[in-house]
Amino acid sequence: MKIHEYQAKQIFARAGIPTPREQMVKSPDEAKQAAIAVGIPAVLKAQVLVGGRGKAGGIKRVDRFEDVLPTAEKILGMTIKGLKVTKLLVSECVPIKSEFYLGITVDRAARQPVLIASAAGGVEIEEVAKTSPEKILKAEIDPLLGILPFQTRAIGLRLLGDLKLTSTFTTICQKLYQIFVQRDCSLVEINPLVLTDDGKLLALDAKINFDDNALFRQPENEALHDPESEEPKEIEAKAAGLSYIKLSGNVGCIVNGAGLAMATMDLIKRYGGEPANFLDVGGSSSPEKMITAMRIILSDPNVKAILVNIFGGITRCDDIAQGLIAATEKANIKVPIVARLVGTNAEKASALLANSPVLSATGMSEAVRLAVHKAKEAR
Amino acid sequence: MSILIDQNTRLIVQGITGRDGAFHARLMKEYGTQVVGGVTPGKAGQQVEGIPVFNSVAEAVRATEANASIIFVPANFAGDALLEAVFSGVKLTVCVTEGVPVLDAIKAITVAKNRGVRIVGPNCPGAISPGKAKVGIMPAAAFRPGPVGIVSRSGTLTYEIAANTGEFGQSTVIGIGGDPVIGTNFIDCLRMFQDDPETKAIVIVGEIGGSDEEKAAQFVRQYVTKPVFGFIAGQTAPPDKRMGHAGAIISAGSGTAQEKIQAFESAGIEVIYEPEQLAEKLKAKLT
Repeated sequence: MKIHEYQAKQIFARAGIPTPREQMVKSPDEAKQAAIAVGIPAVLKAQVLVGGRGKAGGIKRVDRFEDVLPTAEKILGMTIKGLKVTKLLVSECVPIKSEFYLGITVDRAARQPVLIASAAGGVEIEEVAKTSPEKILKAEIDPLLGILPFQTRAIGLRLLGDLKLTSTFTTICQKLYQIFVQRDCSLVEINPLVLTDDGKLLALDAKINFDDNALFRQPENEALHDPESEEPKEIEAKAAGLSYIKLSGNVGCIVNGAGLAMATMDLIKRYGGEPANFLDVGGSSSPEKMITAMRIILSDPNVKAILVNIFGGITRCDDIAQGLIAATEKANIKVPIVARLVGTNAEKASALLANSPVLSATGMSEAVRLAVHKAKEAR
Repeated sequence: MSILIDQNTRLIVQGITGRDGAFHARLMKEYGTQVVGGVTPGKAGQQVEGIPVFNSVAEAVRATEANASIIFVPANFAGDALLEAVFSGVKLTVCVTEGVPVLDAIKAITVAKNRGVRIVGPNCPGAISPGKAKVGIMPAAAFRPGPVGIVSRSGTLTYEIAANTGEFGQSTVIGIGGDPVIGTNFIDCLRMFQDDPETKAIVIVGEIGGSDEEKAAQFVRQYVTKPVFGFIAGQTAPPDKRMGHAGAIISAGSGTAQEKIQAFESAGIEVIYEPEQLAEKLKAKLT
């Protein structure tokens, strides 16, 4: 789960990591008031949950009071990567001497957290890692010990070259790791961490991603959730215990298991079709789950055929068949449905589907070919 | 032979009185696995499917000489259950539970490594050595004994692949789990399959996210002499979207299917693009 920069900065500030003076606002008038509070020059920053805000024109510096209103109006009317800008951060403009990158994330291969720092701040760290990996400094964090002073000292001295600043840097690293652990984060990032003209270290930008799996024990994280970046249908699916992602094709698919669902989408593409979605009905799927899945997929007007691909283990094929029949009876469905149900209770399922309009297939490739063909016919 | 589990595996089921725990304890027992005990705190003395229940894993191990456990407890207790297994004396613990916080997994895996215990999972279907033992939730009918070793990050896709080995059965099939941090990775399994005389060919079933497949490819190039086949799911997955599995996400342009397929091909791994191609390719290599 991602949160906004202003929310991440509040978490930083509470933990004692220095941040600029700033206010989050939702209207140009409020922006003007905020500019008076933080002072001019100020920086106006669009608050949306995607990267590349600066390139899209969502971050602007204003040097005169009279420019605040029109600039705020312009940014608040923007759409960045499909997301409407409704929140704006008005931030003090800090005189920058140098910029750094500092972040903590999970190193999947090493199976432990890792602290990453670089003198190349303010740009995408992935880009730095690709083009000049020698500029990336790393410290592997033993989860039983936490981040150790000697690790951050070595990195701090290489970046800052000054013992006093390094001690401040170490404190920031330790606080960052505290946030990472205490709030169950998958990423905490300061990019850039800046050294100001008057010799202070400051988090000019902030990014925090929370571990979705830990939300059950982090009510404060859940409270920061902003559903702006989610498709309404994805939210409905989640509530029903389904995992759904909308795509742009015309073959809707309902599959059990994430890996098989992705493989089914790939095969649709391989046979000349385009998947309309990813949908994993999960384990132990009841007929009700199937009905919801069908409703979500049919609400996408692009869908010209539906492919149901189930390898029953925990999932029982007769449950799926019952749900399919109930869904087709409920709504007068014109879209052709191809079902391939194998594994647990497959025989019962095919008996149930024998007198329904659902087309049956036995192999996965056969089912995909048929569904793609039906979608093309319908066009 | 086989890897990880066989007829000598003596299994404890953690969370045996729960719905999933009880159901799969029965299925594993029916398959022939030696399910010697179960654990649910406060329910010692009960029996589930004729299997004695204990209050703790340590007590169960002491009473039954178990050497492995499988975890079905809810996600909020799974981190503790993993550590309990690690400290109990079992050598292997398989965590089926989905939705375990990643920091809990990291901690348990670190401690397990220090104490020489193997964790498989979390968020995995477990392992099966057909005809010998099943420590997992896979439908037994999809598997039969034979020379093909399969290692996969997925659940149902693994069953699909196993059902497409044609005339050949499987030595062991392992689902290592779809989470970003897991106890046993591709390389661990490749090493065991390479050393297992019964395994004649290996299938790696990967998916988008992370770089475990790329590392596996490198390992294959250097150490594996047996024929290896690879399948990657997620070629049509959009970036920055979590495709069901917590670990299946293309982030910052890395972890794509194309990169992984390329890594496989350059390591001499034969890539299959649909499960139904596997039987013929195996036949060509194994006969």
